[in-house]
Amino acid sequence: MLELANIRKAFNQGQHNEYWALKGIDLEIPPARVNVLKGPSGSGKTTLLTILGCLARPTEGRVRLKGEDISGLPERFLTEIRRSTFGFIFQQFNLVRGLSAIENIILPGYPTGTPRARLVERAEALLADMQLSHRRDAKVEWLSGGEQQRVAICRALINDPEILVADEPTANLDSKLSAEFLAILRRLAEAGRTVILTSHDPLVVESEVVDRVYSLRDGRLIEVVDTRRAWP
Amino acid sequence: MIFQPAIIALLLAAGLSLAMLATASPFAVQLIRHWDLGSGSERQLRLERLTYLFSMMVALVCGLQVLSTLLFVFNADKMSVMFVGAMCAVGALNANAYGFPALYAQLALFFFASTWLAINRLDNQARDYPLTRLKYVLLLAYAPLAALVLYLQFNYFIRLEADVITSCCGSMFSEEADTVASEVSAMAPRQAIALFYAGLGAAVLLALWHWRGAGRRVWSGLAVGASSVVAFFAALMGIVAFVSLYIYEHPHHHCPFCILKPEYDYQGYLLYIPLFAAAAAGLAAGVLTLFARRPSLATLAPQASARLAGIAAAGFALFLVVASFMVLSSNLILLE
Amino acid sequence: MNRWIEKQRHLIDFTASSLARRKGKSLGLLVVYTLLVFVLASVSLYTHALRNEATRVLAGTPEVVLQRLIAGRHDLIPPGYIEKIGRVRGVQKIEGRLWGYYYDSVLKANYTFMVPNDRRIPEGEIVVGPALERSRGLAEGNGISFRAYSGELHTFIVSEVLAHESELVNADLVLMSEPDFRRFFAYPDGHYTDIALWVANPQEVRNVGLKLINALPDSRPILREEVLRTYASIFDWREGMMLALLSAAILAFGIFAWEKAAGLSAEEKREIGILKAIGWETGDVIAMKFWEGFLVSLLAFLLGYVIAYIHVFHFEFALFAPVLQGWAVLYPSFALTPKIDGLQVATLFVFSVLPYTAATLVPIWRAATTDPDTVMRG
Ligand SMILES: Nc1ncnc2c1ncn2[C@@H]1O[C@H](COP(=O)(O)OP(=O)(O)OP(=O)(O)O)[C@@H](O)[C@H]1O
Ligand SMILES: [Mg+2]
Repeated sequence: MLELANIRKAFNQGQHNEYWALKGIDLEIPPARVNVLKGPSGSGKTTLLTILGCLARPTEGRVRLKGEDISGLPERFLTEIRRSTFGFIFQQFNLVRGLSAIENIILPGYPTGTPRARLVERAEALLADMQLSHRRDAKVEWLSGGEQQRVAICRALINDPEILVADEPTANLDSKLSAEFLAILRRLAEAGRTVILTSHDPLVVESEVVDRVYSLRDGRLIEVVDTRRAWP
Repeated sequence: MIFQPAIIALLLAAGLSLAMLATASPFAVQLIRHWDLGSGSERQLRLERLTYLFSMMVALVCGLQVLSTLLFVFNADKMSVMFVGAMCAVGALNANAYGFPALYAQLALFFFASTWLAINRLDNQARDYPLTRLKYVLLLAYAPLAALVLYLQFNYFIRLEADVITSCCGSMFSEEADTVASEVSAMAPRQAIALFYAGLGAAVLLALWHWRGAGRRVWSGLAVGASSVVAFFAALMGIVAFVSLYIYEHPHHHCPFCILKPEYDYQGYLLYIPLFAAAAAGLAAGVLTLFARRPSLATLAPQASARLAGIAAAGFALFLVVASFMVLSSNLILLE
Repeated sequence: MNRWIEKQRHLIDFTASSLARRKGKSLGLLVVYTLLVFVLASVSLYTHALRNEATRVLAGTPEVVLQRLIAGRHDLIPPGYIEKIGRVRGVQKIEGRLWGYYYDSVLKANYTFMVPNDRRIPEGEIVVGPALERSRGLAEGNGISFRAYSGELHTFIVSEVLAHESELVNADLVLMSEPDFRRFFAYPDGHYTDIALWVANPQEVRNVGLKLINALPDSRPILREEVLRTYASIFDWREGMMLALLSAAILAFGIFAWEKAAGLSAEEKREIGILKAIGWETGDVIAMKFWEGFLVSLLAFLLGYVIAYIHVFHFEFALFAPVLQGWAVLYPSFALTPKIDGLQVATLFVFSVLPYTAATLVPIWRAATTDPDTVMRG
C-alpha cells in the first residue's frame, strides 16, 4: 500500500540549527490494517506521519503509494492525492470554530467541486453512522470531546479515503472514549480502510485492535511487531 | 502635462505592473538557477511556494492591462476636446508621437501576459512542472516591457499641452496651434473587406481544424497561432476601414474607439471582447503546441492547445457574425 | 467546468461565512474602505457634474464673442463697430451685448448686471438670480436699491426670480433694461461691452474668427470651443489636485489593508492551517481569499459610490463644498444633473480597489502557503 525507502527529513536545513528528525526510515504499511507508530517524545512520530500522509515532502528518500513514486511531487499534486486517498484526525480535533458540525464535515469536499447536496447527503450518512445525527447543526465549540472526535472522524471520511491517518488521537480522551474510538477504527479497518496512528498511550499500543506496531527512536525505526497472530 | 485623475490612475497602474514584475525578477533569477523539483530541500520548497505568488502577480498584471487599455482609450476620448481638430480619441492619441506606441505597448504586454498565463496553466498540470525554467526566463523579459509601457505613457502625458486660453492679451487665438490628425488612415473599403473576411475566415477554419484534430498536429497549431495574429490585425484594419463606418453611418469617420461609447450603444464591446479573447487564445494555442514533445506534456499540451483553438475559433466566428450583422443592419451604403 | 463553478461556489460560501464570523474585523475594513470610495467618488462626481453644468450652460452661449482690446486690456466696443464687421459668411446673427459687474458692499459680493437680448424688461424693473433672492431676501414685487459708482441711489422693483436650474451661472445675475443699465453705470450711448456672433456650422467657427481678426485688428474673438477646452482643463486640474491631496489617504488605506491582511488573527491562521491539512491546496486558499477581497471590494465600492452619489446630488456636496468651491462668495446651491460615466468609475476603481488588491497580494500569498503540517504541531 504505502512504502517508504530511506526517508530522511531535515529541519532548518543549511542553518546552524539544522536538525535531522528522520534519519533513514524504510517501512511498508499493509492495506486494511491498523498500524501504530510509537516511540518517546521527539522520536519523529509526527514527522514520519506527515510524510506518510503526504502533508510534507521528505528531504531525501522515496515514498511509494500503490507502487507509484510520489516523493518528488509538488504540493499541488500531493494535495490532490492527499485529498482523495487520506483522511486526517488530529490530536486537538482541529475543527473550525463557529461552523456547525455538518459544515465542518463537508469542508474537505469543497476543493473537489462536489455539489453541496451530495456532500451534505454523505455527511448525514456518516453522522448517522456515528450516532451524531441529533448534533448535526450544533456549533462545534458546544460539542463534548467525544462528539468532537467523532465529528473529526466524519470529516476525515467525507472524501471516502482509503487511508486514515491520526496523530495522538486519544490524547484528549478518557479511557472509555479511547476504547470507543479504537472500536471505530477496528470497524473501519475491517471495512477495508488502512489506519495509521501515532501514540504513546499503552492503552492504544497494547490494544487488541492494533495489527502492527512500529517503534521509533531518535529518528530511526528500531522494531516492527505484528501483534495480532492471525489476520482475518 | 495635463493633470487629471485618469492620467494619474494610468500611471499608477503602469507603475504597479512594473514594480511587481521588477521585484519578481531577482526571485525569477534564483528560480532559474536553483530549480530542482526532485529535491525535497527547503530551498526548493520555498521556490515552489514563490511560484504561486508570481502567478498571482502576472494574473494581476494581465488584468491591469485590460483595465488600463480601456482607461487609456476613454481618457484619450475625453481629452480630445482639449486639442484643436481632435474629434475623438484618435485625435488625442495623435497629439504627440507617444500616444499610439503607448497603446500598442500595452496591448503587447496584455498578449504576453495572457500567453504566460496559458503556459503557466499547462505547466501546472504536469507533475514534473517541465516549463518552469522557461516560464521564468520569459518573466524576466516582461519587466522591460512593463518599463516600456510606463515610459511611453509617461512621455505621452508629459508632452500633452491643451490648446487653452492661456493669456488675457494678444492674439491667443488658436490659429497657431497645430491641428492634430483626427482620423487614422484607412484602407479602401473593398480591399479591407476582402482582407477582413479572408483573414478571419482562415483563422476560424484553421482553429477549427486544429481543434478537431485534438491539437495533435504541431504545424496546425503553429498555423493557428500565426493566423490568429494575422486575423487580429485584419480585424482591426477592417474595423477602421469599414465596420466603424457602418456603425457610425458616416462615410468618413474611421474611428476604432468611438464605437465603445454610449452614443453608439457600446457596440464596440461586442466586437472587441470576442476579438481579444480569440486572439489571446489562438496565440496561446500556437505557443502551447511547441511543448508537445516534452514527455510529460505529450497529451496535456495538445489537449490544452485544442481547447484554446476551440475558444479562438468560437471567438473569431462570433466576432465575424457580430461585425457582419452590424454592417448588414446599417443604413449606410458604402459599396454599390 | 461544472466542477469548477461548483468549487467557486463553495469557496464563496466559505469566505462569506468566515467574513460574517469575524464581524468586527470585517466591518472595520468595510467602513474604512467605503469611506475612501465615498470621499474619492464625491470629489469626482462633483467635479464631473460641475463640468457638465458648465458645458450645458455654454451650449446656449454664442459661438464667438468679440472683445475689443486697448493696450491688452478689455475695452468698450465703440459705436459703428458692429456695422464695420458687416456681413461675414456663416454668421447667423450679430448682437452687441451690455453687461458688467457690481460690487454690493452690503453683502460684500459681486453681481453681474446684464441687459438680456432675448427679452424686454420694462424700465425700473429687474430680474434677479436665485442667490440674490436668498441672500437679500428678495421676492417678486419687492423693491431694492443699489448705489451706483457715481454715488447715486437707484431703486428697482424685482419682477421675477430666475429658475434654479444651472444656478452655477445665473446665481448672481441681475437683468435690467438697456436705459436703466446705461444710466446706472453711466455707460456712453452706442457703446457695448462685447459683441456676440452666432455661427451655424461648427466647421466655420475658426474661419469666422480669423476673418474677424483680419477685419478688426484691435479685437479679440473668443471661441466657445476654446472656453470649453479651458473649462475642461480647469476642472480636470481641480479634480486632479484634490486627488493628489487625497493620495495620502489612499496610501494610508493601502497600508491599512496590508496590515489587516497580514495581521491574521491566530484563529484565522489556525483555520487556514486546518483547511490545508484536510486537503485544500494553496491555490484553493488563494482563490478563497480572492473571493473575500472581491466581496469586500464590491460591497465597499457600491456602498461608497451610492452614498457619494446621494451626497453630491441630493445633499449638494454639503461636506466638502467649502473646500472645492471657494471661489465665489455667493455659494450657488445648484441642483446638479446626475451623471455617471465609465471613465470616472474606472478611475475610481484604480484608486481604491487597486491599492487594496496590491496591498493584500503578498499577505494572502503568505497565508495561503502555510505548511499543511503546521496543525500537527500544537
Ligand atoms: N518545524 C520544525 N522545526 C524544527 N524542528 C522540528 C520541527 N518540527 C519538529 N521538529 C523536531 O523534530 C523532532 C521530531 O519531532 P516530532 O514532532 O516528529 O516528534 P514526536 O515523536 O511526534 O514527539 P511527540 O511525541 O512529543 O509528539 C523533534 O525534536 C522536534 O523538535
Ligand atoms: Mg507528535
